Amino acid sequence: MGHMADSDNIQLDLEKQGVFVSTVNRFYNWGRRSSIWPMSFGLACCAIEMMAFGLSRYDVARFGAELFRASPRQADLMIVAGTVTKKMLPQVVRLYNQMAEPRYVISMGACATSGGPFRDGYNVVRGVDLFLPVDVYIPGCPPRPEALLHALITLQEQIDGQRLGRLRWYGKGDKPQTQDFPVPTFGAQGLEVDGALVDPVGGLPLLGPYTSPGHGEQKSGEIEHPEIARHFPIMDPAVELEHALKARGVAPEIAADDLKRDEVSDAAS
Amino acid sequence: MIKTEELQINIGPQHPSTHGVFRMLVTVDGETITDLKPVFGYLHRNHEQLAEVNTYLQNMPYTDRLDYFNSMANNHAYAMAVEKLAGIEVPERAEYIRVLMVELTRVLNHAGALGFLINDMGAWQTQLAFGMREREKILDLFESASGARLMCNYFRFGGVARDLPDDFMPRLKDLLVAMPAFIDELERLLRENEILLQRSEGIGILPQELAIAYSVTGPVLRASGVAYDIRKAEPYSVYDRFDFDVPVGSVGDVYDRILVRIEEMRQSKRIIEQIIEQLPDAQGGHINPKARQNVRPPVGDAYARVESPKGELGFYLVSDGSTKPYRYKVRAPSFINLTPLGDMSRGYKVADVVVILGSIDIVMGEVDR
Amino acid sequence: MPHLRAEDLREILGRDLPGAVQDPSPLQIVPPPSHGPQPGSFVTGDTLVEPGRIVEVALYLRDSLGYTYLSDIAVVDYLADGVFELGYRFYHVDGGPALVLKARLPRESPELPSLTPDWPGANFHEREAFDLYGITFVGHPFLRRIYMWDEFEGFPMRKDFPKQGDKYIGEEE
Repeated sequence: MGHMADSDNIQLDLEKQGVFVSTVNRFYNWGRRSSIWPMSFGLACCAIEMMAFGLSRYDVARFGAELFRASPRQADLMIVAGTVTKKMLPQVVRLYNQMAEPRYVISMGACATSGGPFRDGYNVVRGVDLFLPVDVYIPGCPPRPEALLHALITLQEQIDGQRLGRLRWYGKGDKPQTQDFPVPTFGAQGLEVDGALVDPVGGLPLLGPYTSPGHGEQKSGEIEHPEIARHFPIMDPAVELEHALKARGVAPEIAADDLKRDEVSDAAS
Repeated sequence: MIKTEELQINIGPQHPSTHGVFRMLVTVDGETITDLKPVFGYLHRNHEQLAEVNTYLQNMPYTDRLDYFNSMANNHAYAMAVEKLAGIEVPERAEYIRVLMVELTRVLNHAGALGFLINDMGAWQTQLAFGMREREKILDLFESASGARLMCNYFRFGGVARDLPDDFMPRLKDLLVAMPAFIDELERLLRENEILLQRSEGIGILPQELAIAYSVTGPVLRASGVAYDIRKAEPYSVYDRFDFDVPVGSVGDVYDRILVRIEEMRQSKRIIEQIIEQLPDAQGGHINPKARQNVRPPVGDAYARVESPKGELGFYLVSDGSTKPYRYKVRAPSFINLTPLGDMSRGYKVADVVVILGSIDIVMGEVDR
Repeated sequence: MPHLRAEDLREILGRDLPGAVQDPSPLQIVPPPSHGPQPGSFVTGDTLVEPGRIVEVALYLRDSLGYTYLSDIAVVDYLADGVFELGYRFYHVDGGPALVLKARLPRESPELPSLTPDWPGANFHEREAFDLYGITFVGHPFLRRIYMWDEFEGFPMRKDFPKQGDKYIGEEE
């Protein structure tokens, strides 16, 4: 640590004299931090503030990230600006998979971070980090453009801290240690990954979130607490409707007709 | 004759010209559209269902997030519906403040909508930057009054959350002085630009009878030649005290929709000028002192509608006598205005579809809810 | 500006289309509590139409009375009463308040004729009602799910659709 601080000071002193000395790390990080191209990818309300962030008043061009690209192939940064719904989620994951490394994700606003005010909606994903690794989270509903600028600067600081030898996309071995994230598919009860229900409509998600990939690490995203599955009423044929107006259990007609589950209709008959 | 084959392509849900997460399933024969089916639900965040679990007041900030471009107009419709249900009176001053905010919202919505439309025509960001520049000035006013730029959450049952700040009126007058120059600049840019004329004249024609049959509302309906404006057709709030015109188009193409929106901005400015004259004489405070924060309306139902910048925005509420609505239904203008998109696009080129969609002016938060 | 009150509409319909208008029975909405004040029942002031004749009545409103503009179709799930209620809202192009038609369907077999062949504007309203409430509109040209994906089963806006989440914990007062 002390050695790094000394070298930084020497470097600053030299720059004042008009002499520029750089390490490969520093030069490489400077190049990447100064030209982060975001994907023009607006989901909901936060996208309006994202546009304000790109336009004249807040002018993100000062930080080198003004070039919004419509294609994920050309983008470095995905700003998840708004509520991610279960119907949109497969597209979001697929777009992320299509981005080239190094790629970053900013989770903008309460909805993208946790579901926000719409957290309990049956079609809302409770945070995009259940399916994607997120680098920077921004609170707020919606965050002001200044907050998004701050998130961009935070991301730039994260990039400054990276070391070439430890980046996941330059890993040892034949292929880089980057992975395609599993794209969920639509199922009868909710989103499925490889045929297993991971996010039921009207229920709690069965996945654990990905941790930040800031230093090249990521979790598997496997089903973390499958015991919740037992308590989800659609899946529990023993639960009966307690009260006519309380959505606590399975109504007979849903159990018998709508979900077409064999074991329940057998039990009913 | 060349033998051709039809091709189906998806535009969206992630596409820079679909105004959010909207998907169009387009069948093309060469470059010509033969069929178009809109696909929704990518922003279906269960607004109506969550509203049944919230109390009436808790729903007010949720309405901001319906049409997130004009939160004030959404607030107005919802507050009116609850006031009708619970029988709450609104003081005169509060009504003027409400109308003032809603008309400012209309200006900023149309400035933004035209910016996006020209963005879709290929003038990448230039006009949008102009529109957003004007929008930011109005947002500053909203922020000084309500405390928030975008999600104002400013209306309450029986009035508005707080009175206007002291410096609001001088700033508003400054804004009005500068507004005609901006509107004229916008109109000149549109009327005198050959490219924009070519892209908008005769494109996406919606005849009058079809517009009514398709239940289209707002500027799209008026561009088709129907002078139906809820502010005149079923006056609410204090709109019957103002002198303003309802602009109508003649052909019903994209160009007419642009002109109607520009003229509506001028009419909104006229209404705001009359509000500035009449507001000092208005009786009562900014909120009805008897209006409680949390309402418990009697059993029954109520429907209230306003002319939001995009069309008829209505709220249908059913009360079971508790503090939470039993049913909360939003009649969203953007959603219904999309019904004729298929018929409007048929026979035009693929590049025209994004222009036609932009001229309808949709916001996905309201379409999918 | 035309203004037709609900009572007048009922009278006109009773004269010209006998048997189409029903007498609304009061709705309980919530089941009566075991103690405390009774919430009171709700009798709608609008015109209740027999579901099978909704198209006929709507066309009468359009062609004879001039209410050409169909603004809204709102579905309410009255679980305790065992009915779905559909509210159709018609306006006159010259202005004035709405004419409201309501139709009640049994929850077990919610089915009624579609307005879409006559009013293309009813298309999305009816698809939404089908998607979220499972109401079948006979004669609709493209009755598919509009918000949820096609593979999904169940009707999430029904009051008895199971839901989990923070808002549903301790909902009982």
